[in-house]
Amino acid sequence: MSGRRVVVTGLGATTPIGGDVGTSWSALLAGTSGVRTLTEEWAQSISVQFAARVAVEPSEQMERVELRRLDRSEQFALIASREAWKDAGSPEMDKERLGVVIASGIGGVTTLLDQYDVYKEKGARLVSPHTVPMLMPNGPAANVGLELQARAGVHTPVSACASGAEAIGYAFDMIRNDRADVVVSGGVEAAIHVLPMAAFAAMKALSTRNDEPARASRPYDLNRDGFVLGEGGGVLILEEYEHAKARGAKIYCEIAGQGLSSDGYHIAAPDPEGAGVQRAVKFALRDAGLTTKDIVHLNAHATSTPAGDVAEANALRLALGKDADHVAVSATKSMTGHLLGGAGAIESVFIVKTIQDRLAPPTINIENLDPAVTVDVVRDKPRALPAGDIAALNDSFGFGGHNVVLVFKSI
Amino acid sequence: MALAQADVLAGLKEIVEEVAGIPAASIELDKNFTEDLEVDSLSMVEVVVAAEERFGVKIPDEAVTDLVTVGDAVNFIVNAAK
Repeated sequence: MSGRRVVVTGLGATTPIGGDVGTSWSALLAGTSGVRTLTEEWAQSISVQFAARVAVEPSEQMERVELRRLDRSEQFALIASREAWKDAGSPEMDKERLGVVIASGIGGVTTLLDQYDVYKEKGARLVSPHTVPMLMPNGPAANVGLELQARAGVHTPVSACASGAEAIGYAFDMIRNDRADVVVSGGVEAAIHVLPMAAFAAMKALSTRNDEPARASRPYDLNRDGFVLGEGGGVLILEEYEHAKARGAKIYCEIAGQGLSSDGYHIAAPDPEGAGVQRAVKFALRDAGLTTKDIVHLNAHATSTPAGDVAEANALRLALGKDADHVAVSATKSMTGHLLGGAGAIESVFIVKTIQDRLAPPTINIENLDPAVTVDVVRDKPRALPAGDIAALNDSFGFGGHNVVLVFKSI
Repeated sequence: MALAQADVLAGLKEIVEEVAGIPAASIELDKNFTEDLEVDSLSMVEVVVAAEERFGVKIPDEAVTDLVTVGDAVNFIVNAAK
């Protein structure tokens, strides 16, 4: 390895519980649910009538003309990136050393479907000329790259619900491999539309707790019945350590390692043995030069599905061994819902805040902890983390059997 | 149906404001779509389609490249509607 260290110098987010990082983080510590009943007429036609829409509509954060040329996922990417870039002090730098890696699980799916409706109702001539740049999955990254004039490379790894974490890992490698000094990284998703919802519902992946939307996302609860679809995005500014120091940047923490693996098991179901997850944890710790003893917190993938939460918890228990006893596990999807390709990104933002404030966010809605869950879950209220050097993990998994583990540590 | 130049200009101003966010007050006959109003090639397609719908005229693709200024578009539409 090059010896180039990577730190986080900026954060941005727009989530179901806040229009920026500060608001989202406060709401998270307060245990606020961002899940609500959908008011759209189409919601009545499917079995799931709730989701976690962003707390602040993009129309309150962007100009009208900009909005109409951007897919909602691209709007989230620009909103979060602008906040993150400003938070990083808007670095003056050689743009040939600036990269962007922003992912999405399913790209501009609402644009695709809405324009198909236009075609069917009004004909081909009225299909918007902006359709392709709006629906392409690399659109969020491309628009951010264009705005910041990034010239080191703009990339979009796609691995379903692991996409956001994979993007951050890719950005981390770009800096370590000396392709860039600063990379804007993260993930976004904007898929709250009747078709994706009907499709996830057809897989029996979504909770159908229509009478109690705010209680529906309940990772680790005995009566969990599926995930809640969320939308939004998170962005982290990753920067080479010496570059950040030289410009006097505020440094939140270090990103120290990543571990990647794939299950080779099933297109959607998690491997109940969790071997792939265990390998990803092992690779990540080895990459970071840390051991299980160093880990004090983990922001879990835990989406509130019956199979996924236990498979993950078992894999973590096996990977961390006895040291799992001192790892405070938070399942923040209990509040934000599941942002698919944005999940690993907003959860990484939350980990950075966790390390900064030494407070692990709560997991809400656990009425009866599933006895099969053998990790130490932070319930109901935030938990203080130790002073001194600490490290935390983010794990993200995606349909297709993708496993990504990122390691963050205090600096 | 004949269209008055002033009516076409007024309609076109509304379309360009809607599509490109240019305040209608700054849109005049001598303004260049690309250089003065920053209407890019994709947005120009939107302007053309919206103008066709609004004025009930056909603006063929090969004619669009000649519509350099707002005045060019107004004249084209007025002539096409005669």
